[in-house]
Amino acid sequence: MLESRADSSPFWQPHDPEDEHLAEQVEHGREEHLLLDPLPPAENNAIVLESMNQTGKAFWMAVLGLGGLTLAFLATWIVQIFSGIGVTGLNRSVMWGPYIANLIYFIGIGHAGTFISAALRLLRMDFKRPIARAAELITLFGLAVAALFPIIHVGRIWKLFYMMPIPNQRELWPNFRSALFWDMTAITTYIIGSTLFMYLALLPDLAMARDHSTGWRRKIYRTLALGWRGTEGEWHKMESTSNILSYVIIPVMFSVHTGVSWNLAMSIQPGWHSTVFGPFFVAGALFSGVAAVILVMIVIRKTMRFGYFLREEHFNAMGLFLLIMSFTWIYFYFAEWITNWYGNLPMEKAIQRMLTGDLAPLFYLMLFANIVVPVGTLWSRRVRTSLPAMFVICVFIQIGMYIERVVIVSGFLSRNELPFNWVNYTPHLPEVLITIGTFGFLALMYLLATRVVPIIPLWEVYEGQAMQATRRIGRAILPTRTESH
Amino acid sequence: MADNTTEHKWTMIVDLDKCTGCQACVVACSAENNIPTPSEDEILRGRGNQWIRIERYWEGEYPNVKARFLPVFCQQCGNAPCEPVCPVYASYHSEQENLNVQVYNRCVGTRYCGNNCPYRVRIFNYFAPHFDEPLEQQLNPDVTVRGPGVMEKCTFCIQRIRRGRETANAENRPLEDGEVVPACVQACPADALVFGDKYDENSRVAQMVPNERQFKLLEHMGTEPAVYYLKGGETHVGE
Repeated sequence: MLESRADSSPFWQPHDPEDEHLAEQVEHGREEHLLLDPLPPAENNAIVLESMNQTGKAFWMAVLGLGGLTLAFLATWIVQIFSGIGVTGLNRSVMWGPYIANLIYFIGIGHAGTFISAALRLLRMDFKRPIARAAELITLFGLAVAALFPIIHVGRIWKLFYMMPIPNQRELWPNFRSALFWDMTAITTYIIGSTLFMYLALLPDLAMARDHSTGWRRKIYRTLALGWRGTEGEWHKMESTSNILSYVIIPVMFSVHTGVSWNLAMSIQPGWHSTVFGPFFVAGALFSGVAAVILVMIVIRKTMRFGYFLREEHFNAMGLFLLIMSFTWIYFYFAEWITNWYGNLPMEKAIQRMLTGDLAPLFYLMLFANIVVPVGTLWSRRVRTSLPAMFVICVFIQIGMYIERVVIVSGFLSRNELPFNWVNYTPHLPEVLITIGTFGFLALMYLLATRVVPIIPLWEVYEGQAMQATRRIGRAILPTRTESH
Repeated sequence: MADNTTEHKWTMIVDLDKCTGCQACVVACSAENNIPTPSEDEILRGRGNQWIRIERYWEGEYPNVKARFLPVFCQQCGNAPCEPVCPVYASYHSEQENLNVQVYNRCVGTRYCGNNCPYRVRIFNYFAPHFDEPLEQQLNPDVTVRGPGVMEKCTFCIQRIRRGRETANAENRPLEDGEVVPACVQACPADALVFGDKYDENSRVAQMVPNERQFKLLEHMGTEPAVYYLKGGETHVGE
């Protein structure tokens, strides 16, 4: 016995059932689910537009602090360029240090953005609707910062163009057999692809901002919105292009972190030369990336008053996602570890001895942060929906995943075939400053972007809300969803 | 015209029985190849930049300790792990000399080759080279002084190989065995190092190579080094 309510009223107008019991259910649904709680578009637009105009004292303080970190990073970099890579703590055996670890880490946190957007879009996961833009921005800036690190890392930055396939009269080309070249290609493709993907979905929101702003903002938005008018044809084209890009970008995303891991795995350094590194690094990247998205969600919800858009259901869903990624990461780590341990080869033994010896504090902190913290807490819905708890958990995961990368890069390198060359690595001030500085740089870019880019994809939320409705079956009100694709 | 354009297989033999660990080869190499003298601090940080390194391994427990010396320099691998990983072809294989050579001008300094070398014989120039007075007066004009940010390594004194071949070509005669001698071989007081072309059947190297004491360093890695080591007997220190 299906009772449908066909009407032509706008999607944001509430239907209030007369029955008290049913009204309670409807109210409950509105509290729980963003998509069942539509507001008139004007109100929603106002929330987002106002959030972009908030530049209070705290905002400028943050800009100042992060700008200072950025300056520290740039100054250290300039010093390093003029004095030589020798200012770092690298040595004859450990020739790759935190710069490469940072590259892996920042690409890692940039991973989840596009995954959340593209994969969840194709899987029709509605919870991603208000999150997608915030996540994609992390991808964009994470990749931008990550792409800095190979440049910071090389000895002769002024000769970097040798690595690019630029036609020249000597017909000298880059070495296509080098994993570094594959990696560079994958990263470039991913940056271009995810920028297009983000920009495409941004157009309707830019047009919305254009229509509701004045002054310099209006000029910027008018240029950026590319004359979006919202006609049927435009929507249709955007829809199909987004779908195509979603399918394209997911394999590219896999290729990026596989490429990064192959920089290590294609070498014959003991501990690095492992077939599992590709999927292991992809899992690790998604793990830290999802945690980074949750961190950003918490911060923007708190500071930009997005309580309406980012609700318990979103943190709950992302927390579950994080838990799954944690299990995946643990599985790969275990698979890697147990085969090395059982194989009992002298070099791999030496590396494991170092991890449980010299590097034991780092190693056990990593295991605690990546295994005990998420698995021990995220099973509980109360934890997943508590913002302070999620914040602490996600910070732990960032620390754990960062340690994992540093240990794999500079830790493993300190043990190699001839024991005479076992030199331990300790970071020096430039690496520390550049690393902290780039975190500041990433945060600064994000902070400034949140005041210019509508950080909530409003049209996606409207679309979701328009497609969601409630249906009454007997005494129950159930959410229903229209399939449009 | 002598046929000096044919391939050579330049080969080094290190007789560990004769090596006393005196480091004369290290000094000779530094002088020949314009290697700046690193400070004590740099050495302690693990950045010794000598192209030859005398690895010293202790055997046994004090007071019954034996020292083993193992001179390690670029093994000029026939199947070198450093070559495919270089994104700009700075590390490549010379067909004619059968050597693994490094193009300083091409190197960007990704240091990938250094990580991939199981012998860890590739040296990175962490700083611009600095020579204490009067060392800067005696730089070898045949060898580039490498700038900061490039990788370098033992070349088997390729400048001497080239010069020897050009002299032989000019005099219209084949290159003779023993004509080309790298600095380390020249300086070795114990005659522990022997150098020559293995393709030349009459060379000293070719005759010494099938030897029951012979082994290659990390042979299991399949790098096909051009350096042969001859196992040492007992080397007692402090007796």
